[in-house]
Amino acid sequence: MTTAPPRAESHYAPAPDPDEPPVRKLYRSADGRLLGGVARGLAGHLGLPVSWVRIVFVALFLADGMGALLYAAFWFFVPLGVGGVDHRHPATAGGKRLLPRHKPDKGQVFALIALLIGTAIVASRFQLGQAKGYVWPVLLIGAGVALVWRQADNSRRAQWLELGRRKGVLPVLRGAAGVLLVGIGVTGIVVLQGSVRHLGSVLQASLAVVVGIALLAGPYLVRITQDLSEERLMRIRAQERAEVAAHVHDSVLHTLTLIQRNAEDPREVARLARAQERELRAWLYKPEGRGKEEDEEPATVAEAVRKSAAEVEDDHGVPIEVVAVGDCPLDEALDAQMQAAREAMVNAAKYGGEGGAVQVFAEVEGLTVFVSVRDRGPGFDLDAVPEDRMGVRESIIGRMERNGGTARLRSAPEGGTVVELEMERPAKERET
Amino acid sequence: MSSEGAQQDETGAAAEGRTVRVVLVDDHRMFRTGVQAEIGETGRTGVEVVGEAADVDQALTVITATRPEVVLLDVHLPGGGGVEVLRRSAAMMADAERPVRFLALSVSDAAEDVIGVIRGGARGYVTKTITGTDLVNAVFRVSDGDAVFSPRLAGFVLDAFASTDAPPVDEDLDRLTQREREVLRLIARGYAYKEIAKQLFISVKTVESHVSAVLRKLQLSNRHELTRWAAARRLV
Repeated sequence: MTTAPPRAESHYAPAPDPDEPPVRKLYRSADGRLLGGVARGLAGHLGLPVSWVRIVFVALFLADGMGALLYAAFWFFVPLGVGGVDHRHPATAGGKRLLPRHKPDKGQVFALIALLIGTAIVASRFQLGQAKGYVWPVLLIGAGVALVWRQADNSRRAQWLELGRRKGVLPVLRGAAGVLLVGIGVTGIVVLQGSVRHLGSVLQASLAVVVGIALLAGPYLVRITQDLSEERLMRIRAQERAEVAAHVHDSVLHTLTLIQRNAEDPREVARLARAQERELRAWLYKPEGRGKEEDEEPATVAEAVRKSAAEVEDDHGVPIEVVAVGDCPLDEALDAQMQAAREAMVNAAKYGGEGGAVQVFAEVEGLTVFVSVRDRGPGFDLDAVPEDRMGVRESIIGRMERNGGTARLRSAPEGGTVVELEMERPAKERET
Repeated sequence: MSSEGAQQDETGAAAEGRTVRVVLVDDHRMFRTGVQAEIGETGRTGVEVVGEAADVDQALTVITATRPEVVLLDVHLPGGGGVEVLRRSAAMMADAERPVRFLALSVSDAAEDVIGVIRGGARGYVTKTITGTDLVNAVFRVSDGDAVFSPRLAGFVLDAFASTDAPPVDEDLDRLTQREREVLRLIARGYAYKEIAKQLFISVKTVESHVSAVLRKLQLSNRHELTRWAAARRLV
């Protein structure tokens, strides 16, 4: 592992690939790799075809095994990333499936074996002298370390692709195998040093040391892990909060600007403030996903009443308080009732808005849908309304009667007007 | 809720020159100042703010020290919220000599907040959009032991009882009577107690007792709890 990772930047012209990541740093390719992704990553970095790089590696490997050592060094030191050429591999088009990782194909296995043999050759060449016996233990240790490192590498990649969180036995097995290999390697060296008879006590001593270290470091490790997960949780929360804040701040600032611009028009100011209040309430107090999309067509009675009230409130600057009890899906007749209710709200806002908020009450009880709209204005006499004013007669009373409902219009006990709309639903919808 | 101004003479408490001692619990200092000013502005000297608190612990200290008749309680408070204050001052609420009564005053009109503090023992619930006059009236009514419902609260109650329409174990206790439902429905439609009385040809006192009954049923879900409640108030 003496070969330093080459710093190959700046010597070569950048690749003509327009999809190249902006930061030209050497990464191993996670996509479409045969073994460690070294060749592909290097190719991507240097802007050469992958096959060329592979051929060079093989050539070096055939020369005296140097290729293998070089490759291993790259594998070990270069982080995994998106540096590879042609990473828009068809298999990964969906962004979900990646690499032949779960079922290593023959090429990968072959390459791994070749690499091992190459490394062995190199090792045996360089360490032929006095330490011949140590080659295999050292190799074992190397393999074990590589396994564990690759484990970390894999989990990093999984995190990076946001595919982590999947608990599996394989990672644990791999880690254990790595540790085992290292252990065997170390034991082998100890044995080779001729202290076989001390093996038992050495093992015991090492075990004791390991346990001791674990005991000492354990609490720290646990705390670090806890801190990490806590920190992650806090970060998620902060992100969520930031998202809400971003939305809320935006709309509040917008409203405040408008209010400043319309400061001399109290009606407009009140309208803006009401609209903003409604939006904030929808964000703060409604269940997830409710009340956010005001443009959507309402599907139920309560939604329709709320939406109409909000729109009338916006148009006329009169606060409308809605109380909705029960709910049911809209049908044709109920649609007509909602239209009538809207008309009643408009009337109340226009003529009765001076007396304070308009109160709207909608109730679905059993098969009856009841809507009452009440204002505290001066009140008006239906008979006194000229014949040509069709608002009340047509839009409210007529519409309700055509659809099989009833509309009552009367004056409230303490002044003002009450419009009561009642509609029976067909029996088949009882369950809803 | 603006209609409740019509009830100003109904309670008549202020006319008698009675003073209701009130503690304000809210974590926004601006709001407390605003309420103080608003109460002062109504020109009625009947309400006296004797203490303020900004969180649960402070609230309990102040309430224990001053023993007010009414606590204006915010639902969202640091240290556990209004529900926690209610839970920890249950003994003071049950005190027969000088009961402390709670009126929830919140910017939130989410059902779970409202029902939560009502179950906790608050005698009413008004939102922060209420006018000063209405708030003073509500304080007086609560100090008299009556319940104060906003139309929204009435709507929530109707909703809550409508969704549990399956026959409960203890029918006469768990369900609202037809009359109580009717009263609630009128409140939800924005009628003042006086208007309801007129409409149903009953007295305002009867309306108030119906409303109190609703509140009681909301807090107590079975006979067991009712017995305990009655014992706490030395009724049995």
